[in-house]
Amino acid sequence: MKQNKLYAFLVPVISVIIALLIASVIILSVGKNPIEAYSIMIVGAFGGSEQIADTLVKMTPLLLTGLAVGFGFRAGIFNIGAEGQMTMGALLGAVVAMNIGSVPSVIAIPICIISGMIGGALWASIAGFLKAFTGAHEVITTIMLNWIAVNLSSFMVTGPLAVGSGTPKSPEIADSAKLPVVLKVQASEMSIAIFIAVVVAIIMYVYLEKTTSGYELKGVGFNPYAAEYGGISIKKSIIMTMAISGALAGMAGIVDILGVPPNRFVGELSGGRGFDGIAIALIGRNNPIGIIFAALLIAALRTGSNAMQVQAQIPDDIVSIIQGIVIFLVASERIVYSLMQLTKRKKGSAAA
Amino acid sequence: MESNMKENIDYSSYAVVMKDIVKQFPSVLANDKVNFFVKKGAIHALVGENGAGKSTLMNQLYGLYSPNSGEIYINGEKCKIKGPKDAIKYGIGMVHQHFMLIDNQTVYENVVLGLEPKKGVFLNRKKAKKEVKNLSEKYGLQVDIDSKIEDISVGMQQRVEILKILYRGADILIFDEPTAVLTPQETDELFEVMKLLQARGKTIIFITHKLYEVMAITEKVTVMRLGKVTGEIDTKDTNPKQLATMMVGREVLLRVEKDAPKLGKKILSVSNLWVKDNRRLNAVKGVNLEIKAGEILGIAGVAGNGQTEFVEAITGLRKAEDGKIILNGIDITNFSPLQIREQGITHIPEDRIKRGLIEEYPVYYNMILGKHEEKPFSENGFLNSRFITDYSTKLVEKYDVRPRNINMLAGNLSGGNQQKMVVARELDNTPSQPKMAVISQPTRGLDIGAIEYIHKTIISMRDKGIGILLISMELDEIFSLSDRIIVFFEGETIGEVTPDEITREEIGLMMAGSKNVFHSTERGESDETK
Ligand SMILES: Nc1ncnc2c1ncn2[C@@H]1O[C@H](COP(=O)(O)OP(=O)(O)O)[C@@H](O)[C@H]1O
Ligand SMILES: [Mg+2]
Repeated sequence: MKQNKLYAFLVPVISVIIALLIASVIILSVGKNPIEAYSIMIVGAFGGSEQIADTLVKMTPLLLTGLAVGFGFRAGIFNIGAEGQMTMGALLGAVVAMNIGSVPSVIAIPICIISGMIGGALWASIAGFLKAFTGAHEVITTIMLNWIAVNLSSFMVTGPLAVGSGTPKSPEIADSAKLPVVLKVQASEMSIAIFIAVVVAIIMYVYLEKTTSGYELKGVGFNPYAAEYGGISIKKSIIMTMAISGALAGMAGIVDILGVPPNRFVGELSGGRGFDGIAIALIGRNNPIGIIFAALLIAALRTGSNAMQVQAQIPDDIVSIIQGIVIFLVASERIVYSLMQLTKRKKGSAAA
Repeated sequence: MESNMKENIDYSSYAVVMKDIVKQFPSVLANDKVNFFVKKGAIHALVGENGAGKSTLMNQLYGLYSPNSGEIYINGEKCKIKGPKDAIKYGIGMVHQHFMLIDNQTVYENVVLGLEPKKGVFLNRKKAKKEVKNLSEKYGLQVDIDSKIEDISVGMQQRVEILKILYRGADILIFDEPTAVLTPQETDELFEVMKLLQARGKTIIFITHKLYEVMAITEKVTVMRLGKVTGEIDTKDTNPKQLATMMVGREVLLRVEKDAPKLGKKILSVSNLWVKDNRRLNAVKGVNLEIKAGEILGIAGVAGNGQTEFVEAITGLRKAEDGKIILNGIDITNFSPLQIREQGITHIPEDRIKRGLIEEYPVYYNMILGKHEEKPFSENGFLNSRFITDYSTKLVEKYDVRPRNINMLAGNLSGGNQQKMVVARELDNTPSQPKMAVISQPTRGLDIGAIEYIHKTIISMRDKGIGILLISMELDEIFSLSDRIIVFFEGETIGEVTPDEITREEIGLMMAGSKNVFHSTERGESDETK
């Protein structure tokens, strides 16, 4: 048991180290000093309160979409539609937030967040029902739903919701719905969103590890035949998994509007972060706590890479490379595992 | 005593002599001064419970392990076997418990692999095929030469393994638990092959723990227990009871003792049940049966005659197309598996890996599958982990699941221990006593010691007034547990008998579809004067 946990922790860590080593070879090959590059990157991501704020703001939606995808994986569902669910959550949540008026924030904020979650959950449930009742594969249906969401949101933002001229945008949300800011340094401001997201991760951990329902969902993910035999309804489990996964993605969408200026719905807002969720879930090995660290890692790489680009003229593509290698290694953990076995055996054979 | 005598005997009449073999693994002494003598041309049984050290002993004969100490003589000649290559040189071949064939190659390619007849640098396919065909005819080993391994049955794969070692010129053949993977019919076929091999002068070492197989085909038996030889005896001078005692180290009841059933009210009644199989063909065709509280109804039949689909319909895992299933007066036809469990039916599934357990879950989570929603396993939506831990620790002890580690993933347990885990879960009375138990192949892959315990448990459930439906491919099991037996043939019930009015052979005929046997036993039944 202990060994399993240690191993689950070691695989991503070793993968990151290997990725950084490989990337440093690339940095060397373009004639730069990798140690310098990495120290600029670390300073760029964590060097001061402004940098930390930037990193944590970037991390929030990554964490939530990572949780969304990871939750699906745990129950054997490949939710590729976090992107669309995020958009729909933002849309529904934003509409509520624009019209909520001047109720106290303690009421307005939860209502808006829940609306966003419902938006994402409903959108995902379409794929859930299709899978449960017709067997349509969720990868196909969620990808199609992504496209519908993109087009629906640009229609809304250029039509019914449009205000002003220039780039399409919705009206600003009510002040009462904006998330309180906890840290404001120059241009960067950080809301309480990151704390909400971390709490959600912890709740998900407790749900998966401690509750009867979590036991059932994971059981279906591992072996649906045995789960069915054990009296667990596969259909119910699929629909529930999709809805919860969608709710988490929807939350990522709405929190980004409630907590980050300009606090408007601007259409296709998620900029690929829905797909980042897949990468983060993989790196975090679908464990909510692991996903927290994975989201932090990716967010830090991204803020840090800006600094690296500006100060050391190293293209920020290097971050994509690092991210790619980490994902590759974690996904093909067997390789890392056999490397670990090999070193163990070397030590072992000396004793034998 | 006997081994002392053998000191003076000329070893040349023995195909195999293994003397004082010691094999120490890091944590166990797997062979402790083992003496093993096999006469030329014999079929010699090596029996013992799982973990007794049989495979280890044979792996040393085959050169896979080398003994820490001890001597090996082949045909009277002392030799050191350093690897399978050496073993083959000495004419030793082994069919392992797990086959070692290449799935996507044909039967004949697998047989000649490594010794291919060549034409230039290429495989001479024509010659290879002809040689394999001749060999298969000579020993009655029927195989489809051109089929891929992945497309043929397990029984045929085993014949390919045998051909492979014969092709390499083996005279001493080691079969490591060959019947564990076979159906009763395939087992009979294998025995025919073994007899033919013997007639052609081969020596056979036959590992098993099914005692009637020992009685059926061997001349001599060596029994092992905990790494030691506990007996060597001529088969004709022994009986299953004595062998079982030597294997387990205490007296074992091969047939559980039971009183006449105390029948209660009707628990289950199935009328005109129709069920389709995965190919949407009718698998169960209008079956009627009843089970009373406190009785065991056994279902016998060759695999694939509708038993699986029948059980799945009763337990809610497969749709009933027509007919009714009534439990205690409640119509449970096409209830969900959960509803059926709630009505008090517990179920040991025939396929433990597919249905019975979740390999990725630890033992303690598997011990609650199907009960996980009930108090005290779960309260207010949360799993009660303290109770679950204590409960599974208790069950693992009671049903002797090894190792005693509830944190181990179920997928890492051996097959027998997985089975014990599933049986423990389904036959335990926590949180409430079931009304009825549907039990499929409960002892598949288990030792006689464990079988005895599970059989006793099943009988004691019966005596508590639970109705039991027992499905098993082991006729012995059906015979020793059932109060009534129903035979399935092609989706229909072809007869109902009681175990004391029919013989193994007669029921075998019924399983093959003969109704005449049934009529003759009916006559026998009315003939009560004798
Ligand atoms: N390669 C091995 N390494 C360590 N222990 C082993 C190994 N092979 C077998 N054992 C142990 O040796 C004992 C005898 O095993 P085995 O010969 O496979 O028994 P059998 O074939 O009679 O069931 C068991 O306790 C088993 O766990
Ligand atoms: Mg063995």
